Amino acid sequence: MPAAPQDGGPGKAAAARAVAEAHRGQWAFVLAATVRVTRDLDLAEECVQDAYAKALVAWASGGIPARPGAWLTTTARNRAVDVIRRDAFFRTALPLLADDDGPVAGPADGADIPDERLRLIFTCCHPALAPQDRVALTLRLVCGLTTAETARAFLVGETAMAARITRAKKKITAARIPYRIPDSEDLPERVDAVLTVVDLLFTTGHVAPDGPELLRTDLIARATGLAAMLGDLLPGDAEVAGLRALILLTDARRPARLDAAGAPVLLADQDRSRWDRAAIAEGLVLVRRALRRRPPGPFALRAAVAAVHAEAPTWEETDWPEIVGLYDLLLRRRPTPVAALNRAVAVGFADGPEAGLAALDALAGDPRLAGYPYASVARAEFLHRLSRVPEAAAAYEQALRHTSNAVERSFLTARLADLPPPP
Amino acid sequence: MAMARYLLLIHDNEADYETADDTARRALDAAHEAFSREHKDVIVAAEHLQPTSTATVVREDGAGGHLVTDGPYAETKEALGGYYIIDVSDLDAALAVAKRLPYFGRTGDAAVEVRPLH
Repeated sequence: MPAAPQDGGPGKAAAARAVAEAHRGQWAFVLAATVRVTRDLDLAEECVQDAYAKALVAWASGGIPARPGAWLTTTARNRAVDVIRRDAFFRTALPLLADDDGPVAGPADGADIPDERLRLIFTCCHPALAPQDRVALTLRLVCGLTTAETARAFLVGETAMAARITRAKKKITAARIPYRIPDSEDLPERVDAVLTVVDLLFTTGHVAPDGPELLRTDLIARATGLAAMLGDLLPGDAEVAGLRALILLTDARRPARLDAAGAPVLLADQDRSRWDRAAIAEGLVLVRRALRRRPPGPFALRAAVAAVHAEAPTWEETDWPEIVGLYDLLLRRRPTPVAALNRAVAVGFADGPEAGLAALDALAGDPRLAGYPYASVARAEFLHRLSRVPEAAAAYEQALRHTSNAVERSFLTARLADLPPPP
Repeated sequence: MAMARYLLLIHDNEADYETADDTARRALDAAHEAFSREHKDVIVAAEHLQPTSTATVVREDGAGGHLVTDGPYAETKEALGGYYIIDVSDLDAALAVAKRLPYFGRTGDAAVEVRPLH
């Protein structure tokens, strides 16, 4: 039985829920605003974590504030001002983040705290950082993911991820990567890196790397929100439109992705009448806008693939040759192992499972796909259709070794059990 | 505004420089002069290095003495041909300056490396 609320406060459970909610929704806002005071990412993170810890206690007894983000920011900034004052002597030797808008004196209150998230995003996505480091920093700092969650999103170990984040933060201060939104002439080239990060965020939410749920709607919402924000900032940018279309068209399938028992439903078997038609309509408008740029960018092409699925009345009527063609264009623009894998899968549906297997075999040597479960799943499905049962079983088992998500694991276990017994 | 110093290392294609005719070399010198004038407010120091064929390497020999050898530290097609030290606000400002630097061998691996100084 939960403890009764004390002192008229909402109680520990309600406070914990509100803190968790604020962590999902406000982390980037709170951290980005605190960095303006600390000009030091590590100190800001420490102060923000401290503010969330204080909120657990304060909100349980004193009530949940009307504006949790403002409460957390004020608390984190107060802590930062204290630490900076206390450690003033030692801190004079510390390199600070370059922020040419001048110091933020103290904790602003309530409604007046400006939204600094774009500064944080563009700093995390600076081209002077290695592409993988940009994504890692954004997941860690903008989304508040733990190092372990960031590591799984990347298919790397936790120790390697911790080292990568530390090295990247050190470069930001040592090389003085500025904490600001880039000038308008630099903006387009800086946006692509941001879009790539938002895309990975969405992918992480679309199929969560681990945990009990298939989806992490919080990450999907954050990716959607970031994409919308970039849409406001760069309304004429075709690739921003492409990313927004990609997210809308992919996420439109959400209502049909799980059955009544919570098990995942393959795209082939989904009840398409349950797809979100409003999101599809909005996505199709955006994909047309994205494709107007010649040649179309990588996000526009991926959105176009999603549009082919969205417009197919049934799985059988999917225009697979069109999808293969779009992946060919995409691989020319931006060759990635995942795009090559998706093309191989599309070839399997356009030309039959034998052709699909051959296309997958051509990728078998790519070490970047070694820990990627979908390569094994695709292989298993084609082998299954060819009734090559022992090989299909081995491929499902291989996929299971690389899958931590509970829903996906039970799905793969069921597919494995569905295989006919060997003759 | 706090300032930071950066070393802009010009990794030229040496062969291009050695085989260049007088006109091309004069054009590069003129480009450096123009660059220096344009950025005189931020340039702290600048030098043009003699070619790597004039370099000598000194290292400890592990027996308490030194080993002196002919040649550069690393044998590569691109070599350190010159440097600028600039004092600017941040990396974006340093990169904007680096993009304006003239150098030989703009194709291939020739490049400007931007390194922050302590």
